[in-house]
Amino acid sequence: MTNNATMHEHDVIVVGGGGAGLRAAIAAEEEGADVAIVTKLHPVRSHTGAAEGGINAALRDGDDPKDHAYDTMKGSDYLGDAPAIETLCETSPEETIQLEHWGMPFSREEDGRVSQRPFGGLSFPRTTYAGAETGHHLLHTMYEQVVKRGVTVYDEFYVMDLAVTDHPDPDERECHGCIAYNIKSGDLVGFKADGVILATGGDGQAFDHTTNAVANTGDGLAMAYRAGVPVEDPEFVQFHPTTLPSTGVLISEGVRGEGGILYNSEGERFLFERGYANNDGELASRDVVARAELTEVSEGRGVNDEYVDLDMRHLGEERIVDRLENILHLAEDFEGVDGLEEPMPVKPGQHYHMGGIETDENGETCVSGLYAAGECACVSVHGSNRLGGNALPELIVFGARAGYDAAGRDLGEARIDTGPGARSETETDLDTPVSPGALDGAEPDAVADGGALATNAEAVVEDELRRQRERVETLLERDGINHAEIRSDLQDAMTEFVNVFREKEGLQQALEAIRDCRERYQNVAVADPSRTFNTDLLHTIETRNLIDVAETITLGALARDEFRGAHWRKEHQERKDDEWLKHTMISWNGGDPEVFYTDVILEGEEKTYEPKIRSY
Amino acid sequence: MSTGITKPEEEEETESQAVGAARAAGESAYGQARMDESEIDAANEASQRRARRAVEDADRTVELKVFRYDPEVPEKEEPRFDSFTVPFAKGMTVLDALMWARDHYDSSLTFRHSCRQAVCGSDALFVDGKQRLGCKTQVADLADEGIPGEVRIEPLPHAEVVKDLVVDMEHFYDQMESVEPYFQDEDTPDGLNEQRQSRENREKIKMSTRCIWCGACMSSCNIAAGNNEYLGPAAINKAYRFAMDEREGEDLTEHRLNIIEQEHGVWRCQTQFSCTEVCPKDIPLTEHIQALKREAVKKNLKFW
Ligand SMILES: Cc1cc2nc3c(=O)[nH]c(=O)nc-3n(C[C@H](O)[C@H](O)[C@H](O)COP(=O)(O)OP(=O)(O)OC[C@H]3O[C@@H](n4cnc5c(N)ncnc54)[C@H](O)[C@@H]3O)c2cc1C
Ligand code: SF4
Ligand code: FES
Repeated sequence: MTNNATMHEHDVIVVGGGGAGLRAAIAAEEEGADVAIVTKLHPVRSHTGAAEGGINAALRDGDDPKDHAYDTMKGSDYLGDAPAIETLCETSPEETIQLEHWGMPFSREEDGRVSQRPFGGLSFPRTTYAGAETGHHLLHTMYEQVVKRGVTVYDEFYVMDLAVTDHPDPDERECHGCIAYNIKSGDLVGFKADGVILATGGDGQAFDHTTNAVANTGDGLAMAYRAGVPVEDPEFVQFHPTTLPSTGVLISEGVRGEGGILYNSEGERFLFERGYANNDGELASRDVVARAELTEVSEGRGVNDEYVDLDMRHLGEERIVDRLENILHLAEDFEGVDGLEEPMPVKPGQHYHMGGIETDENGETCVSGLYAAGECACVSVHGSNRLGGNALPELIVFGARAGYDAAGRDLGEARIDTGPGARSETETDLDTPVSPGALDGAEPDAVADGGALATNAEAVVEDELRRQRERVETLLERDGINHAEIRSDLQDAMTEFVNVFREKEGLQQALEAIRDCRERYQNVAVADPSRTFNTDLLHTIETRNLIDVAETITLGALARDEFRGAHWRKEHQERKDDEWLKHTMISWNGGDPEVFYTDVILEGEEKTYEPKIRSY
Repeated sequence: MSTGITKPEEEEETESQAVGAARAAGESAYGQARMDESEIDAANEASQRRARRAVEDADRTVELKVFRYDPEVPEKEEPRFDSFTVPFAKGMTVLDALMWARDHYDSSLTFRHSCRQAVCGSDALFVDGKQRLGCKTQVADLADEGIPGEVRIEPLPHAEVVKDLVVDMEHFYDQMESVEPYFQDEDTPDGLNEQRQSRENREKIKMSTRCIWCGACMSSCNIAAGNNEYLGPAAINKAYRFAMDEREGEDLTEHRLNIIEQEHGVWRCQTQFSCTEVCPKDIPLTEHIQALKREAVKKNLKFW
């Protein structure tokens, strides 16, 4: 869509056109609002399209949303909030069937009903799927609805920052819109709106090896953070044990489920022979397998010092072609390896961020008018560990709720409290070797704690527009260094110190490395002088966002001295319910980050969830 | 100090006030870079040295010949080809090679890409004379044996070039959206009841639903190149996807056939199979177009 005006106005702006953003836009449209999607990628290019497995929904006789809720709470290691989990599980069936009614090509049973399959951590086979490309179909089906409804889409518009009032207390701030860069024309435009919904997806690019897309740079999370919204439970990052080394493409658990075996460079079936998982071997949980693989590599038994081998040759060509054909294609296309002839190289990769922008179960943040949904948000349903098949329902359930609420439908008062005002406790002795947050005398974008000084909506957006224009001019005009090395050093540090193995010293080293990246970032410039499709500029801004995201992950990881879900600490090998049944919150606090905590809500509609040992 | 984070002694915390003040005064707080000119030059030279060393140390390298064009930059106004030498590693795709060149030699090298796994459809390119996804093309597969000496990378033919390898997709999107590409049956069951669909019918539309909107097919099609109004293979395939879906009622099927039967619809296709050959998702496009022609004939017979 091309438009030369520098200011647009809509009732609701949705930032992002993935599963969460599309569902939010459809909901706002259903509610009668004038809604527009502003997205850096054309919607069908969003990373939701990469999801394979499926959507959890309690649809069938013998299944019950309550069981789904129980499984999710257990999977979260009791760090999910009951109101969010119960909303997810109760609403997922109707939202999933809604997709069917919109024509989504689900896989089918003999009787013509949609198929479901078993997934890890679920007490009932409730993962609804469409072949091995569920996310692709979900994304395209919803984009079709957006076209049908004539929702305005500003595609290839990069949102740079939010326009938020400058009240000292984030709980009192208001969001009036955002500023975007028209990628094709190079113009900066303001979007004024009563509601802004962030649906910008994951941030896997904070690590050097990830199943996430190149565009998953945590922009929304970084923008909300700098606008004063706390980042909730950022330390919880899911790593997948079997990804291809050169690209991070996911090799699904299916291979191990069918009998695929993991070997180290000495030809040992290390999960058994080295005692990592004497019972379950290759089928042990994701984090156990991932840690075992990295231990092998670090002790010198990795293949080419980098990965381990996943061998499925013994299953025989017939069975492989029959059940795992898509895996053969993935290995061939993305790694140049023939899975029938040789083992496939695999290593752990970042996969999913459980933490994110703090919201209540209506999708709203503590900043009035600012919402978040999808992977960038933390409502929190996944707690410390996401179950497979629970992210896609999150997109449609909470995407829709954010859309309805922003468009004015009354969803009832939320039970989850948000913002610094909801704190139960403040962290007072976090041992950081350098100060996190803004640098002394940093560029103002770095401390956009609430953006402009003006209070009238129009002026707030205009002020922010002016500031972003200056930011772009500066980056384009000054001399400086390229961002790419800074990004790659940041990614290396995160992968070295903040991955599946975490220990205090390493986390402190990571904070130092991040600080160093921040300092070097002060000198970045964009070498490409062009206004047309300047991806150099966009990537440079993304790198800034990644620095903020990486820092919140690391601060959270340093604060939480226990082992829960995906977060493993060397010095603290047990889950400490007495001390740690609470959410970590990192608040930008005007460039001087603060760590505080809020209570986990285990009281559900009908019962209170009692923490139990998470064993399968 | 409100923070709970213990700060090392030497840190001074004046930044928020300083910036706030600058902002209040309406001044620009965007300073110059903090390194001086010679430091910046040294840093940039060091980066270049590292890139050169990586190439020297590599066992094998591959030469990319990349199309460059930027209407706004004087040196790039005239289209040209640039060469980049990139270290080769097993498993390297054309997209990996392009990213390496951009990150190590020329940050202005511009191309779309995102998923790196053939699902987002961003990086359909003209590689060694054929439409391919950069991320799904192994560099090694471009040579009969070993690795190719040179790989030629151009933007998709028959589309307007915006810059370097980026083409304008607007026309492609317009064609896709002109076939009413959305499920329309409003007569859906109540509540949690799904519409039934047979496995055979799902199988029938399966391949057609795999399209990732990459535009490779359209770019390869001679007819589309000569006739801007021709719907093109991807849009017709999208229409097929709905026309063949038994969940939509018969009236709708007829309506859909009318759309693809129009002057610039299915009858323009001369079954050259170029689209089918380049489709990275292996969609039998020509077959689908032929199937719609047959359906259209059947429908017309019914009404004559
Ligand atoms: C390989 C893989 C397999 C998966 N499999 C499953 C599965 O089987 N089941 C499951 O439940 N989950 C799965 N997940 C997780 C799930 O797919 C994701 O969490 C989810 O799709 C994220 O959707 P989203 O809408 O939040 O973000 P995305 O789909 O990533 O969309 C983000 C959108 O935001 C836009 N955007 C970002 N930044 C900006 C900006 N600055 N300005 C403007 N626009 C911006 C982008 O253009 C994009 O449109 C999988 C994930 C991966 C990576
Ligand atoms: S039909 Fe194939 S080639 Fe054409 S746009 Fe779709 S995926 Fe690309
Ligand atoms: S990068 Fe997504 S299709 Fe190639």
